[in-house]
Amino acid sequence: MRLYSLLVYVFLYTPIAIIALFSFSAGRSASQFEGFSVKWYGRALNNPFVMEALGNSLIVAFVSATLASILGTLAAVGLQGIKGPARAIFDAIIYIAVMIPGIVIGIATLIALVTVFDVVNPWLASLWPEGSNPPALSMGTPSLIAAHTMFTLALVVLIVRARLQGLEAALSEASADLYAPPFRTFRLITLPLIAPAILAGFLLSFTFSFDDFIIAFFVAGSETTLPIYIFSSIRRGVTPEVNAIGTMVMLASLVLLVIAQLILRRSDKR
Amino acid sequence: MLVLPLSVVLVFSFGERAPAGGWVPAFTFEQYANLPSRLTAFKNTLTLAPLGTLAALIIAYPLAYQLAVRTDPKWKTILLVLVIVPFWTSILIRSYAWIFILGGQGLPALLETVGLEGVRLIYTPFAVTVGIVYGYLPLMVFPIYVALDRLDKRLLEASSDLGATPFTTFVRVTLPMSISGIATGCMLVFILLMGEFLIPALLGGGKVFFVGNALVDLFLQSRNWAFGSAVAVMLILVMLVTVTVYMRLISRLSATREDVSIM
Repeated sequence: MRLYSLLVYVFLYTPIAIIALFSFSAGRSASQFEGFSVKWYGRALNNPFVMEALGNSLIVAFVSATLASILGTLAAVGLQGIKGPARAIFDAIIYIAVMIPGIVIGIATLIALVTVFDVVNPWLASLWPEGSNPPALSMGTPSLIAAHTMFTLALVVLIVRARLQGLEAALSEASADLYAPPFRTFRLITLPLIAPAILAGFLLSFTFSFDDFIIAFFVAGSETTLPIYIFSSIRRGVTPEVNAIGTMVMLASLVLLVIAQLILRRSDKR
Repeated sequence: MLVLPLSVVLVFSFGERAPAGGWVPAFTFEQYANLPSRLTAFKNTLTLAPLGTLAALIIAYPLAYQLAVRTDPKWKTILLVLVIVPFWTSILIRSYAWIFILGGQGLPALLETVGLEGVRLIYTPFAVTVGIVYGYLPLMVFPIYVALDRLDKRLLEASSDLGATPFTTFVRVTLPMSISGIATGCMLVFILLMGEFLIPALLGGGKVFFVGNALVDLFLQSRNWAFGSAVAVMLILVMLVTVTVYMRLISRLSATREDVSIM
């Protein structure tokens, strides 16, 4: 039984270890280890395409996680006040959002955005004077941000709501008894108490967006994010450079998620 | 905000492909009549997704059992976190690692040294199944662990005090008590597998493809959005039906179990 568990752990960590190991290989070959070297890390960090993809990924992850945290918190606080069947419907929608496979979300977002563009673009063109170049909406960073915000919003709602349910109602009642208007109660009492959950939700959303491939694949248009870059590089053949990027991405996601978990854990103890 | 995009997919599935790719509005069932041309993708998905789920369950259960019932509480959390950590890192990167392992210079080369020559692993249903099990194992371990961890250990003692062998105790007490965890784990993994794209794309090598791969192809390569939407609607329908049937089965299973326990 013990041996079996050990084998499962070996199964879980071998692929990760192999990627990390080969990223330090000095040779060109991705399947033979030819001496230790960190040159592929340097190569990756000096590759302008990698840096551009990384920049896009960071911008999309940061903006969408920020939007999802703000909107998600508002939604969670708002949902607290709703009771009965309406509440059940909202709950169902949120669970569906978490359950639907990313690929369906990707397609749905692509189609919905294109439909919106088809309506908005002629309208925008009609506002601009004849002969000038009217702005046109298209797929790219903004559509990516919109799609990721929508997908991670549900995650933030779930986390913040779990924290809200753990709060003592007496605290906000006491605040109201002391004549604080609802907004001041929210700002001075509720917000500081749920802040760790919001921060954890932000970090989870950030990691999700940063790691997401499938939704981005559909809505990024001609933009590249790091996972899209990695995917197309693998198609051309795995190199130690891809392994170096992969190792860095895995480490970064891991650090962020560990921080998110620690924040949630600590706030639960208090 | 979520219902809207999904209904747009439904509307698109009744339309037609524009000559240059894209979509023109129409009301036709033509796209649905064309669905059989993507039958292989549906077949692959509907065989490999349940198979992968089952394989993950078989591998995950003993581990979850070991962690929940047999492990010193001091180590429990650490060992559980170690199972989940890989799940937190990019599935893209973890999946492509298997190209090395299953590819010509990985396991097959190793097998050659023991005399097994010409074994082909990469770009087969086997490779896709391994990738699936690897990618989703943590998601299976976790709910089963939670169910088994909640199990009152005194029940197991009572069972053996009453003369049951460890095997009887497992089949009559432990297994029924963990059904809810098994059900949750299987459903989570199965639902995610139905929409899988990456693992078959990387490890199936164009030969073992899922509905997800057909969707990417239809939307991004051949730009046949109307047909792609019909395929997506079909996928959602198949998912809804299988999940509903599955939930019914589970609730019946747990209902009969309660009858037995009343006896």
